Amino acid sequence: MFAEFLQYLFTGITIGATYALIALGFTLIYNASHVINFAQGEFLMIGGMATVSLTAMGVPMVLAIILAVLLAGVLGILLQRFAIAPAKQADVVTLIIITIGASIFIRGLAQLVWGKEYHVMQNFSSDEPIRIFGAVLNSQSLWVLGIGAILVVGLVLFFTRTLIGKAILATSMNKEAARLVGIRTQLVLMLAFLVSAVLGSVAGVVVAPITFTSYDIGIMLGLKGFVAAAIGGLGSGMGAVVGGLLLGIVEAMAAGYISSDYKDAVAFSMILIVLFFMPRGLFGAKVVERV
Amino acid sequence: MLNRFMQMRLRDLIILAVILFALPLFLNNPFHYDLATQMAIIAATVVGLNLLVGFAGQISLGHAGFFGLGAYFTGIMTSNYGWSSVPALVVGAILVGIVAWIVGRPILRLKGHYLSMATLAVGFIIAIILNNERALTGGPDGMPVPAFTVFGWELSPFGSYNLLGMELNGSEAWYLFAAVVLLVAVWLAQNLIDSPIGRALRSVHGSEVAARVVGVDTARYKSLVFVVSAIYASAMGSLYAHFQGFITPAVAGFDFSILFITMVVLGGMGSTMGVILGAVVLKLLPQVLADFQELETVMFGAILMLTMIFMPKGLLPTIQTAVGKRMKKKAGGQA
Repeated sequence: MFAEFLQYLFTGITIGATYALIALGFTLIYNASHVINFAQGEFLMIGGMATVSLTAMGVPMVLAIILAVLLAGVLGILLQRFAIAPAKQADVVTLIIITIGASIFIRGLAQLVWGKEYHVMQNFSSDEPIRIFGAVLNSQSLWVLGIGAILVVGLVLFFTRTLIGKAILATSMNKEAARLVGIRTQLVLMLAFLVSAVLGSVAGVVVAPITFTSYDIGIMLGLKGFVAAAIGGLGSGMGAVVGGLLLGIVEAMAAGYISSDYKDAVAFSMILIVLFFMPRGLFGAKVVERV
Repeated sequence: MLNRFMQMRLRDLIILAVILFALPLFLNNPFHYDLATQMAIIAATVVGLNLLVGFAGQISLGHAGFFGLGAYFTGIMTSNYGWSSVPALVVGAILVGIVAWIVGRPILRLKGHYLSMATLAVGFIIAIILNNERALTGGPDGMPVPAFTVFGWELSPFGSYNLLGMELNGSEAWYLFAAVVLLVAVWLAQNLIDSPIGRALRSVHGSEVAARVVGVDTARYKSLVFVVSAIYASAMGSLYAHFQGFITPAVAGFDFSILFITMVVLGGMGSTMGVILGAVVLKLLPQVLADFQELETVMFGAILMLTMIFMPKGLLPTIQTAVGKRMKKKAGGQA
């Protein structure tokens, strides 16, 4: 009984940590440019797929991961520079469609380069599962949690201790004012997309050994990250982490105790319930609309 | 004379009618007719969605949910319970309207991305239910739907018909039917847009707070237009189910929802003719790109991105502005 609960909890926290990283990526881009980037999931896909194909070519794992993350980062910058920046005057919906176009484009490229097959990735360390109170914990889960925690702490330090991080924050608060004090906002926006892409691709790499990877995993993972970000409240880093973990745990519990067919429905019902009572998510900032 | 015609209220409707009834001159096999029929049904759906997106300024990323509900209600009632097509379509549309009203009230309070999220969630939940209630819907494998029937008269893509002495095969007959449906859908939408309700909706689009200040009951109008657009989707879903003869939960899925909203935005939000153009372009594009095989997805994504970057107002409004400018230049040159 307890072992079962613990098992679902492990699964939930692992996948929840991934959702949290995706949600953080959403949050970052949302804060910097008020765009919801529907191509966020593709960064995960790039991370996983590039690592798999590079290791298959004989590149050592660590180097493969670094190259994969770099590739995603470059894609993030290109996305901002060539798709988002030229359309800055566009409507919210138009920007959504642009990022959807971008995600279809990236997916198409991935399919072209890597094919449509599912790929399996090796665990980072041993395949031996760890047993705790009768529940089984995949060793990769520890990697997901550990790297997730490092990234979150790193982000917090980045935004509070470094000048570049503060420049991103300033741009997100007021772009015009930021420009007036000498911040190069276009560069900052590109940086935000870069960091977001790095977060996404790292999440994609660490979770790949657990979930498998293929050219089209980005769609659903990206959407779940969006759900997590909205539960936490768009724009709140804290919200993204809490939202991600909450979503992962609720999903795993729903799959375990209710029905795995309906686990996604539970996730999407949860967002409706949260938004019903808190229209700006759990930690969303209250915004006064100007007329 | 030409000028006065251009300003007539029914101008768009007349132009559309001429195009729709002249089109068969260029269609020369059942495949073309079937594609045109699909386009007309989908176009009528996005004309309804445009009321919500283009005029009231609200986003829906889950509209295929309503389309799918209509399709499945028709499928289940006509094949399992022996209902006739029209009652199934009407009752389905009413029920979907009620569902939309119930979910619309709370979610339309949400703004911007939260509204996108909520509508996306509603669409997903509907698709998941359709996928899993195998006993009722046949699950992921889908279910067959009988032909469209009115008082025992059957409209099937495989039948043959006689209209005012013209011999028509099933595909041609379906096309004419869908064309008339599209015209009616556009006419109804135009009437709604030109009514006081339409003006209230546009004020909501402009600025919701300002609209409320001048006494527009924004919540009521937003739910009203949400319900209307859901009814459009449901009714067209019903027709789509009959026309296709087979439906799967994909008709309610995320991809379809995205396709609908993309048609609206690509064609030109707030322009009824624009969104019809959007529907035509996005239905045709995969046919054209199919020749490129593996490159199809990449090209589709690239075209979508580039169009939206360089024509953020959508295809038709951009073309109209360009043509308008040229005409003005010409007129200026003559004077």
